[in-house]
Amino acid sequence: MNSKLLGGVVIGLLLCLAALLAPWLTPRDPNRQDLSAIRRPPVWMGGAWDHPLGTDSLGRDLLSRLLWSARVAVVVAIGATLCAAVIGTPVGLVSGYFRGRVDTILMRVVDVWMSIPAVLLAIALMAVLGVGLLKVILAIVLVDWTRFARVIRGEVLALREREFVEASRAIGLGPFRIMAEELLPNLVPLLIVLASLEMAIAVGVEALLSFVGLGVEAAVPSWGSMIAEGRGYLLVGWWGMTLPMLALVVTVVGFNLLGEGLRERLDPRLRTEAAR
Amino acid sequence: MLLQVKDLTVRYGEHVAVWDAGFTLGEGEVLGLVGESGAGKSTVGRALLRLVPEPGRIVSGAITFKGRDLLPLSEAELRALRGAEIALIPQDPLAALNPAFRIGLQATDALALHRGLSRREGQGVMARLLARMGIPDPEDALRRYPHELSGGMRQRVLIAIAFSCGPSLLIADEPTTSLDVTTQAQILRLLAGLRSETGVATCFITHDLGIVAHLTHRVAILYAGCLVEQAPTETILAAPRHPYTRALVRSLPLDGLMPALRESPRACPFSHRCPERMAICDTAHPPVKTVGAGHQVACHLY
Repeated sequence: MNSKLLGGVVIGLLLCLAALLAPWLTPRDPNRQDLSAIRRPPVWMGGAWDHPLGTDSLGRDLLSRLLWSARVAVVVAIGATLCAAVIGTPVGLVSGYFRGRVDTILMRVVDVWMSIPAVLLAIALMAVLGVGLLKVILAIVLVDWTRFARVIRGEVLALREREFVEASRAIGLGPFRIMAEELLPNLVPLLIVLASLEMAIAVGVEALLSFVGLGVEAAVPSWGSMIAEGRGYLLVGWWGMTLPMLALVVTVVGFNLLGEGLRERLDPRLRTEAAR
Repeated sequence: MLLQVKDLTVRYGEHVAVWDAGFTLGEGEVLGLVGESGAGKSTVGRALLRLVPEPGRIVSGAITFKGRDLLPLSEAELRALRGAEIALIPQDPLAALNPAFRIGLQATDALALHRGLSRREGQGVMARLLARMGIPDPEDALRRYPHELSGGMRQRVLIAIAFSCGPSLLIADEPTTSLDVTTQAQILRLLAGLRSETGVATCFITHDLGIVAHLTHRVAILYAGCLVEQAPTETILAAPRHPYTRALVRSLPLDGLMPALRESPRACPFSHRCPERMAICDTAHPPVKTVGAGHQVACHLY
């Protein structure tokens, strides 16, 4: 296992553990306000152990909020990535396998779609849809399915020329069986890599939407909204903004490491280059 | 007549891969399609399955198989024929097997599709076929992935797949070129044995005249997409008529390269390399003439 992959796996596992165990790990309700204990510093800066990472301006426990936010991040990352893959992969397969007019039409749709700035599209969608976890996932999927379609199409264009595809046609298999049974299994390594990278993007977009107030409901803690709240008292309590940012950065880097590490491990071309 | 090909022309965009080719294949007959790389022999083989790779297109001609013209058939009708009636043994056995699946799964696709067998039944049929082909532990081979088998084993698997549904026409596209010499001999012996057992008519694509001499009844020589000569194998080997065939059979060196056809030829495609070139060779494409029993030549000499 290469070091990138190891780093990615460790971060990913920690994140999933935090998300799964948040209710049991957290000292208190992430939304419980305590106006007698606002903006408490973390323990290493003279805070008390009942709020290990301090509190925000409403006296809510930052550690609890950080861990609960991991749930949103994981759900959004997995949900949005799965849906984007489920939509984008068939489009890429059909486009790359049939080529010709089908390909032209599908890829022009993808081009137009991709030419709209992603962040702008996501914000516009959320403004129309309203806030909420499912809507965040929907917005990310609508913005990012094209990435899967594009990359899968490219790979299928190369795969379809392989002799085993011709051999399958020569025994009488039809196009959709060839796509599903011959091509798709050969795309799995690529899909895994794409999915890890996509998860990093999904987490980032979710944080961004929550930051501008168009993400998950206000009652659900999210790194994005925590950063936005912390921004207000940055000068008197820098930890309120810095800690969620740190969590976000580590998560995004972790998914990227996972994707890069998997790519190096699964892509034979890169593997031989690394060996050289 | 099992197969009748008439005036077959295949184009890849501008490039003419096969021009006006015609030949026939009787029940149980083995035809050798011979030519150097790029002569269009693989394209002819693909055309018989209507699987000319893009951007190739069959622009004219007729391919009559069992009295039915294949060219107007729909994709669904063709799929029912492919693998069941007309089978292909591909050139590179490693590339022709899907790396993601065990042999047992992909080798039973044709049986499942055309014979309605379950995977388990298909594996049974396959195991018997592989055993007959000299694979010592067929059940084990079926559990393996393509890269875990040797080249000869992989080619045996592909031959077994081709024979599995009892086709009446077999297209063998240089089935031994990617193998080492000893394995080649084994595979050829195996193919010859299976062929005479089943009596399947075969189109054997090769550039190896040694194979032609051993396996085929008749030979068709392709040069730059044109069928320059066809005759019974003994005739071709003993008394070749076309200067190109003569050079081939006697292993004579030829200057220059085979041209690539761009349009309907207005000259003999072989003229600039031909030792017996005449004035007419550069101005007219030679028509096909019958010069003996089942012996046709396209050359101005005759």
